[in-house]
Amino acid sequence: MKDNAKKKLKKVKLKQIFTAVLSVTLVLSGLWLIQALLMPKYMHGIVEGAMIAEYYEEEKNHDVIFIGDCELYENISPAVLWKEYGINSYIRGSAQQLIWQSYYLMEETFRYEKPKVVVFNVLSMQYNTPQSEAYNRMTLDGMRLSSSKIKAVQASMTDEEHLIEYLFPILRYHSRALELEKDDFTYLFHKDKVTHNGYYMRVDVKPAGTVPKGRPLGDYSFGELAYTYLDKMTALCEENGVELVLVKAPSLYPYWYEEWDEQIIDYADRHNLKYYNFLDVTEEIGLDFQTDTYDGGLHLNLSGAEKLSYYFGKILIEECHLSSRRGEKALEASWEKKLKSYYEEIKNQEEQLSQKEKLSQEDNLYQKDNL
Amino acid sequence: MDKFNEGIYLELLEILQNLHPDVDFTINKELVDAGILDSFDIVTLVSDIADIFDVTISADEIIPENFNSASALAELIKIKLEDEE
Amino acid sequence: MLFTSYEFLLFLGIVFLLYYIIPKKLQWPFLLLASYLFYFIANPWYLLYIMATTITVYITARAIERKKERFKDWYNSQKKQLDREQKKLLKEKEKKKEFHLLLLGLLLNLGILAVVKYTNFAISNINSLFQLFGGTEISFINIIVPMGISFYTFQSLGYLIDIYYGKYNAEKNPFRFALFVSFFPQLVQGPISRFNDLSKSLFEQHKVEWKTISFGLERILWGFFKKLVIADRILPAVNLIIHDTDTYKGGFVLIGMLFYALELYADFTGGIDITIGTAQTLGIHITENFKRPYFSKNIKEYWKRWHITMGTWFTDYIFYPISVCQPMLKINKFSRKHFGNIIGKRVSVYLSSFVVWFTTGIWHGASWNFIVWGLGNFVVIMISQEFEPLYERFHKRFHVSDKLYYRMFQVIRTVLLMSCLRMFDCYRDVPLTFRMFGSMFADFQVSNFSRESFLSLGLAGFDYLILAVGLIILVTVSLLQRKGSVREQIADMKAPCRFVVWYGLFLAVLVFGAYGIGYDASQFIYNQF
Repeated sequence: MKDNAKKKLKKVKLKQIFTAVLSVTLVLSGLWLIQALLMPKYMHGIVEGAMIAEYYEEEKNHDVIFIGDCELYENISPAVLWKEYGINSYIRGSAQQLIWQSYYLMEETFRYEKPKVVVFNVLSMQYNTPQSEAYNRMTLDGMRLSSSKIKAVQASMTDEEHLIEYLFPILRYHSRALELEKDDFTYLFHKDKVTHNGYYMRVDVKPAGTVPKGRPLGDYSFGELAYTYLDKMTALCEENGVELVLVKAPSLYPYWYEEWDEQIIDYADRHNLKYYNFLDVTEEIGLDFQTDTYDGGLHLNLSGAEKLSYYFGKILIEECHLSSRRGEKALEASWEKKLKSYYEEIKNQEEQLSQKEKLSQEDNLYQKDNL
Repeated sequence: MDKFNEGIYLELLEILQNLHPDVDFTINKELVDAGILDSFDIVTLVSDIADIFDVTISADEIIPENFNSASALAELIKIKLEDEE
Repeated sequence: MLFTSYEFLLFLGIVFLLYYIIPKKLQWPFLLLASYLFYFIANPWYLLYIMATTITVYITARAIERKKERFKDWYNSQKKQLDREQKKLLKEKEKKKEFHLLLLGLLLNLGILAVVKYTNFAISNINSLFQLFGGTEISFINIIVPMGISFYTFQSLGYLIDIYYGKYNAEKNPFRFALFVSFFPQLVQGPISRFNDLSKSLFEQHKVEWKTISFGLERILWGFFKKLVIADRILPAVNLIIHDTDTYKGGFVLIGMLFYALELYADFTGGIDITIGTAQTLGIHITENFKRPYFSKNIKEYWKRWHITMGTWFTDYIFYPISVCQPMLKINKFSRKHFGNIIGKRVSVYLSSFVVWFTTGIWHGASWNFIVWGLGNFVVIMISQEFEPLYERFHKRFHVSDKLYYRMFQVIRTVLLMSCLRMFDCYRDVPLTFRMFGSMFADFQVSNFSRESFLSLGLAGFDYLILAVGLIILVTVSLLQRKGSVREQIADMKAPCRFVVWYGLFLAVLVFGAYGIGYDASQFIYNQF
């Protein structure tokens, strides 16, 4: 009798525990699923939001990591660096990536790997305060949860943002519930690659017109906070035995002031860093802003990026003493695949472009006929 | 119920009946709780009572317990009358 | 700290955990600490005001009580030697002294309220007067209005008057009284509690009880649903209509009026749900403030079911004291004699109702809009009071009062009437309100109700979808409430059903709530009173 009662009690208890575990699992998995569905996918149109997360899929043994904004991820092609010099590199860049975001991405990257060289593009030195929620999201949402991410969020938040909305993005994206698109379901569990080792490819051309000179500023000195993070970057690289290289991409716009350049030269001098301003050497690189940009000089297109990468790769080998890693079997194999998709995309984009041109030409003809 | 009490009670019933002719005030025990007497009725009642019995019911005595039934109200009036004597 | 902010949820979570961890003896002192912290976070200066009210009311209440006790002792010892006249005289004299003490407490606190809330209103009125005579203008004063000051002042004064009446004993412990005044869930927007109600559970020791806590959490969630899914989603349309009066005329005024009725209901009752639910998770019972007000048959009933604690406060502490005070009874007698019974009987009711509605109006806000709104209520209630015999004859003759269609007619009529009066809440000033009211009929166009015009109000198609579903849920819950507590009904369900209801409500708030970036963070409407 007593035994029976005990057994019964045990059964009831087991049932209770089972129910509790089941409901918690249901609640959490339901929330996770809804959150995954509501997050923007960035697979078409604005793809910049998908860039940061792609790094985690990588085999992490790079020689060079590029960290910065669009002036890197649209202007440097790691494929060329591998093809020409055997350099294995990756770009951790995103749209309007602010310097504190770059710093914490660097911190995070060093937890995965210690490259020989980190290249930082200095354009973002001009920003000293959080800028825009939309760009913050595109950079930070892709980061995996870590102390670096939390610190990056705290450094980046505008007044209207909350840390908790980054930890649980459903709190931010719930309003998309009734605007869901096909992509949200297609890419619920897997994402396509939008970059080639962080490089965002564009093959189209839009020549640069006359570049407006920057309007005079009241104060040209970079902000205190920007300097603080540059100092932190320098220190972090030194601690990890990584060489920090500063660059300024050859984009004609946003305008890069002479006064800004002097400050960076001065900083590089004082901290014994290499600094390359590619704006000064566009001719040596062979850049032609009639053919090498797709948006009138803001960013380079494929042709421009390949020229710049060819030029910079040589510097990396000669001045940063990198050596070719050709012959490493696993690496060769992985790059073979990557190059294949690289060429495929070039082909795809060119086909699409010619089709578009054909269409617009026909359009023009049609219009002329009508005239 | 003695004569004195009955007199109060009957007079009170008449006042109440004037307010709501269709309510049986002899049995209803939740005049306030059931919402039969609202605040306007109560104020009219108080002024009628002041008029007829010469008894002033003060604001702190306006609580449901005193107004829920005719007999409770009659009791209140009685106590007040005795108090004054 | 808004109820709908992350900070409040965090604050609540911490308070909740600590409350049940610490020794039970410390529970109420801990709540006092938490309440003061809550106020401090909002603005450190607020504390000064609430402490001033707490201290002055505490002291006067104690003084009145001690005076009462001393008099009683002395009176009992002297009783035998006094004749009736002397006794009466002594008692009256004593009552007067107590009354002076009461008056001191009332004036002090109403003075604070008047200065912080009404000085600028008074100045602007004086300025308009001066302008008529071409005088100079007085500049406005810059003063902070502590949040919820109208609520805690009234709650404290109600206590003081109760002590004066001798309804119950004054609280001896000043800290307990301080908690009664400042209890954080009801600090911002009421309800206005009575000491003898709230103190029963406020100072008790509470242990963890699954049912109370889960019911409390459910109530909070329901409040969030009303506030975030319904009120805040419809808010942009209301704001657009009442601010852009050149564009939104005619039928739009009607739309705005009805939208506001929904928004105010969802906002205010939702906030109260959060308040009562929060208290409940702590084991504390707060008086209900609403009883499905939009199902009222007439305005008088509506005011017994809407913002109940405020209504009873005004009835108990203003309406009755004025209408049964000696001078009023004399006026009554006089008018009965001179104008006959029919008019004479009404004088005191009319006079004191007028005072009640005037104060109700100005309590809601320092502007003519609210005064006119209050008096509008007064007029409507008095008219319906006068017509009541007529109604009753009509009901008896045609036997309609039990018919569903007639009851629905009454309910809709009441809602429309209340919504019309509330237009004074919305528009900038009184003349504009009248103009817009006229425009509702004069500029009325059927096209105001087209698809395009609804989409021009800052709400998209899916906003309307969410609102429609939300409204259906709201009405369904109200109808279920007639069968008793909805939470009890849910508790009686099978576990999987219960799970679906809770989780569904939670997800509805999480996903369809109008919170965060892209939605304007909006204060609860009643915070400003």
